[in-house]
Amino acid sequence: MARTILPFGPQHPVLPEPLHLKLTIEDETVVEALPTLGYVHRGLEKLCEVRDFNQMIQIVERVCGICSCLHALCYCEGVEQIMGVEVPRRAKYLRTIWGELHRVHSHLLWLGLFADAFGFESLFMQFWRVRERIMDIMEATCGNRVVVSVNVIGGVRRDLTPEQCAWIEQEVAIAEKEIRQLTSTILNDYTVKKRCCGKGVLTKDQAYQLGAVGPMLRGSGWAQDARQTGYAAFGELGFEPIVEFDGDCYARSAVRFRETLQSLDLVRLAIARMPAGETATNVGGAGDDDTPQVIGGKRGDIMQAYNRDKSHRVVAAPPPNLDIPAGAIAAKVKGKPQGEAVTRVEQPRGELMYYLKADGSKHMDRVRIRTPTFANIPPLLAMLPGCELADVPVIVLSIDPCISCTER
Amino acid sequence: MLGNLINQGRIKSPWVVHFDCGSCNGCDIEVLACLTPLYDIERFGILNIGNPKHADVLLVTGTVNQRNKHVLKNIYDQMPTPKAVIAIGACGCSGGVFREAYNVVGGVDKVIPVDVYVPGCPARPEAIIDGVVAALEKVKKLLGMTA
Repeated sequence: MARTILPFGPQHPVLPEPLHLKLTIEDETVVEALPTLGYVHRGLEKLCEVRDFNQMIQIVERVCGICSCLHALCYCEGVEQIMGVEVPRRAKYLRTIWGELHRVHSHLLWLGLFADAFGFESLFMQFWRVRERIMDIMEATCGNRVVVSVNVIGGVRRDLTPEQCAWIEQEVAIAEKEIRQLTSTILNDYTVKKRCCGKGVLTKDQAYQLGAVGPMLRGSGWAQDARQTGYAAFGELGFEPIVEFDGDCYARSAVRFRETLQSLDLVRLAIARMPAGETATNVGGAGDDDTPQVIGGKRGDIMQAYNRDKSHRVVAAPPPNLDIPAGAIAAKVKGKPQGEAVTRVEQPRGELMYYLKADGSKHMDRVRIRTPTFANIPPLLAMLPGCELADVPVIVLSIDPCISCTER
Repeated sequence: MLGNLINQGRIKSPWVVHFDCGSCNGCDIEVLACLTPLYDIERFGILNIGNPKHADVLLVTGTVNQRNKHVLKNIYDQMPTPKAVIAIGACGCSGGVFREAYNVVGGVDKVIPVDVYVPGCPARPEAIIDGVVAALEKVKKLLGMTA
């Protein structure tokens, strides 16, 4: 049979990002897939030589816009580990809340894109409609929809007032109700099952040997999640990973769907158990201006216009006051990090690992980032051979590729 | 007469192609959010399309790097005239936080001419919609439709 080589990407309607796959096909069957990377490589690990260790927080947040909060969290935990800083308990809970909200928005985004990959556009719209509720929470509490930028070394930049917490709980409850309404479609619909069940199977052994992480690994039957290590407040929340056993695209989407609901529960639990207290602990070189930036007067106008646009939706309550609560303080202590640290957090796509090395100057010596998609590409290449060409978009998307993470 | 009708259609319903040019995804998901029920740019006739050969407006997010500058140029060249280019986000405008990184060439305007700059990190969906509207004004001028 004659072989054809088909380029998939770098600019492809199903991919939001430039990934290039060279697909060798025989008739309609893929026999080989070769990835070409490097379209998004910026070289930001090396930026640690020109930005100091506090400014690097802004850089690592932009490794990936979708999971920015978790990159900053991983970096900050590493620097705190090197400097021996004890983070206040309340800040740990706040990190958990924003981290889990990020996971919810990322998973909803993925569920939508996944639905779009097999041509179910109305389901895509439904998931993204629910997602806007989570984006509202982030904007109302952090001032930005996507890059929330709450983590600083020693704690968090912003606090939540009791009114904000109550509002978040209401919004989360509505979001959960809306997500549950979509359960029967994403998990039981005939067309969805037809496109996902038995496609791109990754066996339990393969997942382990090829080093899959995150929902890929859990979709193949391994109960492994970096949140089990108990970073931030997860040690106190009684976290249990979600596992599915089939290892196909359906299992992976089921893991992510169930994790969305679990994360909403974790947000509520973290709010309920959050202790009162100060939000940031004493760290050296945190900057002279400790007062968080209060957003200017134009904000109200934007929010008003914004809310007018949403008049057709069920609004639980007006967004709470955007002023920064008085509790947010960060005292100054001189000091610079010296030493090494390895930290792991669970990103929406899987386990994220940072290796940090500091030599006592204001610049980090080395910031090494290992991202989950990087680990998930070898399993993807194992899944593609043997599948039909029409299933390639579904299988590629089922790893939740984040190319900007992978290439940095 | 027929040309007039086609030009009317171009302005009334611009087709948009989106290219992620080394962005952190922040701006990309905001571009996608424009399509979803809350912002819903389709009600203005703006349609997102995968093929640059069918598109009138090119939305570029992110910094240009040594590798994807050829891809970006290629996509731009494939688009039929009249066309407009919108650079989205701080990275697309100037290189943003990554401007000092070794693999970064800079903003989109280092490679192709840009008509509209939409700043922000990431740019808000409202700002992106505004950017498309501003780009259409430029296309109107190009077509000699400004009365």
